Amino acid sequence: MAAKKTSKTNVSKDDLLHYYREMLLIRRFEEKAGQLYGMGLIGGFCHLYIGQEAVVVGLEAAAEEGDKRVTSYRDHGHMLACGMDANGVMAELTGRSGGYSKGKGGSMHMFSKEKHFYGGHGIVGAQVPIGAGLAFADKYLGNGRVTFAYFGDGAANQGQVYETFNMAALWDLPVVFVIENNQYAMGTSQQRSTSSAEIYERGRAFGIPGEAIDGMDVLAVKAAGETAVAHCRSGKGPYILEIKTYRYRGHSMSDPAKYRTREEVQKIREEKDAIEHVRDLLLTGKHCTEEDLKAIDKEIKAVVNDSAEFAKQSPEPVLDELWTDIYAQAEA
Amino acid sequence: MAIEILMPALSPTMEEGILGKWLVAEGDKVSSGDILAEIETDKATMEFEAVDEGIIGKLLIKEGTANVAVNSAIAILLDEDESLSDATPAARQAASAAAQTASELSSSAQAPVAVQVVEHNLPENTTFKSLTVREAIREAMSEEMRSDQTVYLMGEEVAEYQGAYKISQGMLDEFGPKRVIDTPITEHGFAGIAVGAAFGGLKPVVEFMTFNFAMQAMDHIINSAAKTLYMSGGQMGAPMVFRGPNGAAARVGAQHSQDYAAWYAHIPGLKVVMPYSADDAKGLLKSAIRDPNPVIFLENEILYGQSFQVPDLPDYTVPLGKARIWREGNDITLVSFGIGMKYALETANQLAEMGVSAEVIDLRCLRPLDTDTVVNSVKKTNRCVTIEEGFPVCSIGSHISSVLMQEAFDYLDAPVITCTGKDVPMPYAANLEKLALVTTDEVMTAAKSVLYR
Repeated sequence: MAAKKTSKTNVSKDDLLHYYREMLLIRRFEEKAGQLYGMGLIGGFCHLYIGQEAVVVGLEAAAEEGDKRVTSYRDHGHMLACGMDANGVMAELTGRSGGYSKGKGGSMHMFSKEKHFYGGHGIVGAQVPIGAGLAFADKYLGNGRVTFAYFGDGAANQGQVYETFNMAALWDLPVVFVIENNQYAMGTSQQRSTSSAEIYERGRAFGIPGEAIDGMDVLAVKAAGETAVAHCRSGKGPYILEIKTYRYRGHSMSDPAKYRTREEVQKIREEKDAIEHVRDLLLTGKHCTEEDLKAIDKEIKAVVNDSAEFAKQSPEPVLDELWTDIYAQAEA
Repeated sequence: MAIEILMPALSPTMEEGILGKWLVAEGDKVSSGDILAEIETDKATMEFEAVDEGIIGKLLIKEGTANVAVNSAIAILLDEDESLSDATPAARQAASAAAQTASELSSSAQAPVAVQVVEHNLPENTTFKSLTVREAIREAMSEEMRSDQTVYLMGEEVAEYQGAYKISQGMLDEFGPKRVIDTPITEHGFAGIAVGAAFGGLKPVVEFMTFNFAMQAMDHIINSAAKTLYMSGGQMGAPMVFRGPNGAAARVGAQHSQDYAAWYAHIPGLKVVMPYSADDAKGLLKSAIRDPNPVIFLENEILYGQSFQVPDLPDYTVPLGKARIWREGNDITLVSFGIGMKYALETANQLAEMGVSAEVIDLRCLRPLDTDTVVNSVKKTNRCVTIEEGFPVCSIGSHISSVLMQEAFDYLDAPVITCTGKDVPMPYAANLEKLALVTTDEVMTAAKSVLYR
């Protein structure tokens, strides 16, 4: 793989600090979610984003206000990165009334109209045409917005993805297809599930430009995101970013991890970690001291602990909620 | 020898058509493959090609003639050395007899059923116009698209082709390609795109060429459209309509002949509409487009060409979730919807001849289901037969029957009988297909049985 890297110059201290905070928030949040799962406070499926933080943080840095995003069930990172409140996300994980979906959606199904986050979809690949549909609406309404449709290397083999590529290209829809290639579709490695090594090249059949990006480098992701967004916003149609990343944890909490070695995970953590990378840039660039970063770590920890506390204290939904939100009422 | 050129059947459900335009004149020499005429079927305007070569001796039907029955003679083709007077009278008689039979068949199949319409809340002095179900659906979509810029139509062949069943004929001209959109043949993908568009603030009307193909899109209809409002805690849903022909057409085999009413009626978060008449098709579709929820709107190809009186009002709507009583009666309740209403109304007529007064209820919507109207009727008549074309297991009738057992048990004088399509994939052979569908005779037998007669 010759995934694109960018030079690490020309990035401001503020930007680096912002990426550091955002990625750290996701990691600490997910660690806490894993802990609450172990305590039985979170149930069902819970897919953690640890290791992939640079993907959403880099792309959010390329987005503008009003741009939309939609993703799969591994969605906590996307929600935090687009500015959704950690308390509301954690309380949804615990199935409480203070959650984004009042406890009725869970880990895989959260939405925020305010932050233009359109879910949290549990069926592999379903979010891809939905993302193109959001872009369709934006083009129809002529509002200049761009949609990020995130999906994994596993979803990249779904038929509906190619139906969508075809229509998105045919109709010049302003959508960035973001393939978060974490190398494993649940427990099946890319080599064992996918006939071609370079998934981004599959857009070529539809005339959709694409590129592969080192997803452990937040600056490279941001730069690629800017190229993709500019392409879409200028009316040239969709763009594909295959972002090569890595998931440190299992597919879900109940993953026995028999399909890869501990050493493989450890090696990437040690050599490629996205947060460590930014941390290095901050320190070697003399933007800040170890002490400064410790203060940030502490701050993030407090936010996450507060969210866990909120998620434990928030009451379960009242029983009447079983019967609400099935049908929308027509406006009078 | 002279050959009679017969009006062709150009679609599975075509019984008659319009001879739109002759492209040959008397005396013209034609060869096999030449286009003779433009014929308008119930689905489209088609070019009709010559099979044999010869000289056009006579055009028997003037261009612009409507209701030309399939198999009636429309022209006479002569051999090169033959004159019109040589054409054998016997051949001509045979052909015209065949045409006669076809036209009789066609008129008996479409015999208008006498109905007494109850429960129409219309302004005084409302006038009516005759519209086919097809025209009614088109009017509903067009009116809503005129009044709301966020409503658009997408589907296979809805634009340039003018609709596989001519529902959207002329709409591309009026609304342009931005709002009347031909999709590739990718139901799964375009249904998902439409759901996304609905999330993004539009009100898509998705036409499935038939609901058989919507199975490819089932995941988006159920998981993406129906459940999102709930999963988002009420934050966002999918205000949209999925519509198209549903159920058996005619001789199109197992994969193209299935009634999905019960499938969709099963799903919380969907609304499900299945109209019988043109006035309901129009009024209910307008309400469906305005509804803030995903609505499944099940049409029927055989009903498309049938005409009904439709109120001539600028904005005629029918609320979702209200059954319609087509005929009041005291002795038995017949409950149906969609094309099943044809059998229900025919049975009611036959029962009337026996002196039995049947109440006929058209459910119109299967979700929400107006069980009150059914229960109240059965409390009066004490007997009930349900009629539908779908499969018998977990049918709409089974549900009605269970509701009646729970809510009107003490009022029932006989078990509820559910008349349905047979529990078999649809066969192709004409006789078997007829057997697989519900028939008026079966409904009569069921009615007599619950009446103990």
